[in-house]
Amino acid sequence: MSEGALYEVFVRPKRGLSHVHVGSLHAPDATMALRNARDLYTRRQEGVSVWVVAADDITASSPDEKDSFFDPAADKVYRHPTFYDVPEDVEYL
Amino acid sequence: MSGDVTWVGKAPESVVPEGDSLVAAYCLQLGDDALIYAQRLGEWISRAPQIEEDMALGNIGLDLLGQARALLTRSGELDGTGRGEDDLAYFRDEREFRCVHLVQQPRGDFAFEMARMVWFAAYQRELYAALTGSSDPVLAAIAAKAVKEVDYHRDHAEQWVLRLGDGTQESHERMQAALEVVLPYLAELFDDDAVSSAAAEAGIGVLPSSLHDAVVARVAALVERATLTLPDDSRWRSRGGRRGVHDQCMGYLLAEMQHIARSHPGATW
Repeated sequence: MSEGALYEVFVRPKRGLSHVHVGSLHAPDATMALRNARDLYTRRQEGVSVWVVAADDITASSPDEKDSFFDPAADKVYRHPTFYDVPEDVEYL
Repeated sequence: MSGDVTWVGKAPESVVPEGDSLVAAYCLQLGDDALIYAQRLGEWISRAPQIEEDMALGNIGLDLLGQARALLTRSGELDGTGRGEDDLAYFRDEREFRCVHLVQQPRGDFAFEMARMVWFAAYQRELYAALTGSSDPVLAAIAAKAVKEVDYHRDHAEQWVLRLGDGTQESHERMQAALEVVLPYLAELFDDDAVSSAAAEAGIGVLPSSLHDAVVARVAALVERATLTLPDDSRWRSRGGRRGVHDQCMGYLLAEMQHIARSHPGATW
């Protein structure tokens, strides 16, 4: 049997938290991928909800683009709220 | 000797237990089905078509092992011998086991396992759903937990039967062949054996024949969706598991399952 397509698995650990990427698996289709994900990644009560996404459907940034994608943000300290002094008399901020 | 010789060639009818012993005997049957099928499913680990399926079959086996532990413990509490789950699992001989022949059959190909599981899980699903109303509170609680587990087992097998049946020509042929292979072992699931009949009468258990129609309807609908054909009735059928009559394969299964415990009685991890 062929291994099937690769799926990425996202699990929400509990209500109120968001789904987090936990790993990947092979499955013949999305329905089976969801079941495999349940068996592989929620054996120890890790989750209350599971998403699977075909790995091919994910468009991801490339490690080669790391410099141009992410480094330019490194010196923009003014984008952080902590860059600004809050005047003493401003309430509710 | 003259007169009534109808006993010739027949095993003596065993005395049907009553009261606590009846609950014990009934739980033993259900527990043995779960235990022996858990053992067979464990054999799949490292042998399934995908590592994902190794895990799935292992998980299902562990669910069944959990059911077996609870049921055998309940049986040991009530049968008057004071035996625990391990005593019942590891220190009984073949003729003392009460499982049906379906669960003890040797591992075949993956299609065979899905054919066996789709029937057995459908059977267990109806059985446990009904047993949630058992007059024995422990058995009712075990059933309430187990019904959720077997719901998933049934779904897992159904997903595969659909895909193999409605897949390639090879997978279709092998899935169809597997349905034929398991057929002779199905009728036994729905036999009203003495213990089940008495347990049903007493409100403890369920009459196996009462589960037949719902199980067959479920699997028949699935088989049709999977572009497969439900085979005609077989010329022979298994019987006698509930009386301790088993196939040759059962002895080998027990040897593998029991030899460590018997070599080192009372050993702990």
